[in-house]
Amino acid sequence: MAITLNTLVDQLRATLPEAAIGSLKVALDEVTVEIPAAEWPAASLILRDQLGFEACVDVCGVDYSAYQDGLWEGPRFAAVYQLLSYAHNVRLRVRVYCPDDDFPVIASMVDVWPGLNWYEREAFDLFGIVFEGHPDLRRILTDYGFVGHPFRKDFPVSGYVEMRYDPEQGRVIYQPVTIEPREVTPRIIREENYGGR
Amino acid sequence: MAAEIRNYTLNFGPQHPAAHGVLRLVLELDGEVVERADPHIGLLHRATEKLAETKTFIQSLPYMDRLDYVSMMANEHAYVMAIEKLAGIQVPIRAQYIRVMFDEITRILNHLLWIGSHGLDCGAMTIFLYAFREREDLMDCYEAVSGARMHAAYYRPGGVYRDLPDTMPQYQASKVRNAAAIKKLNSNREGSLLDFIEDFTNRFPTYVDEYETLLTDNRIWKQRTVGIGVLTPERAKALGLTGAMLRGSGVEWDLRKKQPYEVYDRLDFDIPVGKNGDCYDRYLVRVEEMRQSNRIIKQCVDWLRKNPGPVIVDDHKVAPPSRLDMKSNMEELIHHFKLFTEGMHVPAGETYAAIEHPKGEFGIYMVADGANKPYRLKIRAPGFAHLAALDEMARGHMLADVVAIIGTQDIVFGEIDR
Repeated sequence: MAITLNTLVDQLRATLPEAAIGSLKVALDEVTVEIPAAEWPAASLILRDQLGFEACVDVCGVDYSAYQDGLWEGPRFAAVYQLLSYAHNVRLRVRVYCPDDDFPVIASMVDVWPGLNWYEREAFDLFGIVFEGHPDLRRILTDYGFVGHPFRKDFPVSGYVEMRYDPEQGRVIYQPVTIEPREVTPRIIREENYGGR
Repeated sequence: MAAEIRNYTLNFGPQHPAAHGVLRLVLELDGEVVERADPHIGLLHRATEKLAETKTFIQSLPYMDRLDYVSMMANEHAYVMAIEKLAGIQVPIRAQYIRVMFDEITRILNHLLWIGSHGLDCGAMTIFLYAFREREDLMDCYEAVSGARMHAAYYRPGGVYRDLPDTMPQYQASKVRNAAAIKKLNSNREGSLLDFIEDFTNRFPTYVDEYETLLTDNRIWKQRTVGIGVLTPERAKALGLTGAMLRGSGVEWDLRKKQPYEVYDRLDFDIPVGKNGDCYDRYLVRVEEMRQSNRIIKQCVDWLRKNPGPVIVDDHKVAPPSRLDMKSNMEELIHHFKLFTEGMHVPAGETYAAIEHPKGEFGIYMVADGANKPYRLKIRAPGFAHLAALDEMARGHMLADVVAIIGTQDIVFGEIDR
């Protein structure tokens, strides 16, 4: 049975404890609920078992530090989960902010949705979000021995090191990058109603 | 005296023809039985998502082709859908039909490569050659419409780049082919692109029959695939598998039916579902999907013949003005300049747009903060979840079955490593 977004919002308000709903928004035909990190382990079980979100299709780490060029005032890191219910044919987005900007930690959801194993490894690798309780939290996409978390906004696009073959040593070596980072098209946020729209 | 039994750790790849790209697989073996499979990925990591943060919305569109590089237009589709959703753009109906038609052409392209390489992995050489014969025709369709055989960059926010061409490119006489042979090769290329595609859809069911003759009742093929990599529906759902991996286990879930986008709700097609959740069922599902895609393409060709119209929105904040207008009209010149230098602005917000990609659910999660570039772009690639399930699927199977399981998962590293 497919349910409408309004039904979903009502169900969320009815089943989740008050403390677990940080905010609940419907925008662009999608429901987003923000859940405090402390409530997330309990809330995830309610979402899966009572509301029928059998699958979590994606986890996305987000670094909000440069959002709208510094207007952002919330916590820096968040993990965004895209939940999917096959039975009700409805999606839900859950955002969990990491309380500590310097050491972002969120509880791991691998026990709840086993498919999240690699997604959490990816968010750890790229953003440095530590998923507490993850069975095997290794880097996944970056090189062996990589230093830093490349998708953070303060990590340059060209990185810090580059690799080349050194004919004298007869092996591949790392060295500091020799290219200058450049921005061809500047990033611009226009004021509202710019250009008459 | 009993012989001492040792477990082996075997390194498979990253350069191995059956690894479908750059997969490094560390296998712990007990004799020939897999005890643990640990895929090491990321050897093709290009940080597409980070690059997209530094490019305008249109500039990062061609990167999407290079994600899953065997189903190019389907990737673009999810990306432009996310932008359209955020910016509230209404796509002209003709563009929607063109997109659906090319999505299905892409699905056939993808499945042909999959059936060829999967067969090759399991020891069936011939199927590969047959599958590539048809891929050639479909890549000609790509070329006719976009100028590129693979990395098309044809879909744009607000529609598609241009309308379907009235002529097909033709073969030219050469040293190796005489005029009569060329005439025969060009016989279905005399008309428009739609004529060529229609001719293809008429031929294609016979081709699929040929593939089935080669594989479906083939004893060796069945020995290699029946009962291998079995997934229960519950497990497949919990692991986040999508597409044929999920439908092979008997879950009737297809975004084209369940959450229809573009014009899929106006088209008539069926969703094949497997029963046992093994490699053989997934093979059957994909073969039937090719037949269904053929049906969809036929319907789209019919509709497109009868209904001319615009193929991109007439909003010059999103889509460029025509070349003629741009060169004769100051206003349009400014629009053109602004669009290609500064780019389009997308209102602040976030969205998740998913399509039924040939491999499964391909989603784009986009966070915009009102700038001319996305703030964060997350690509939800189906292959990533599939490969994560490899460990579970391969456990207890023989080493040779790992190859069959990699084949059935339809692994392409462009999308997994992004």
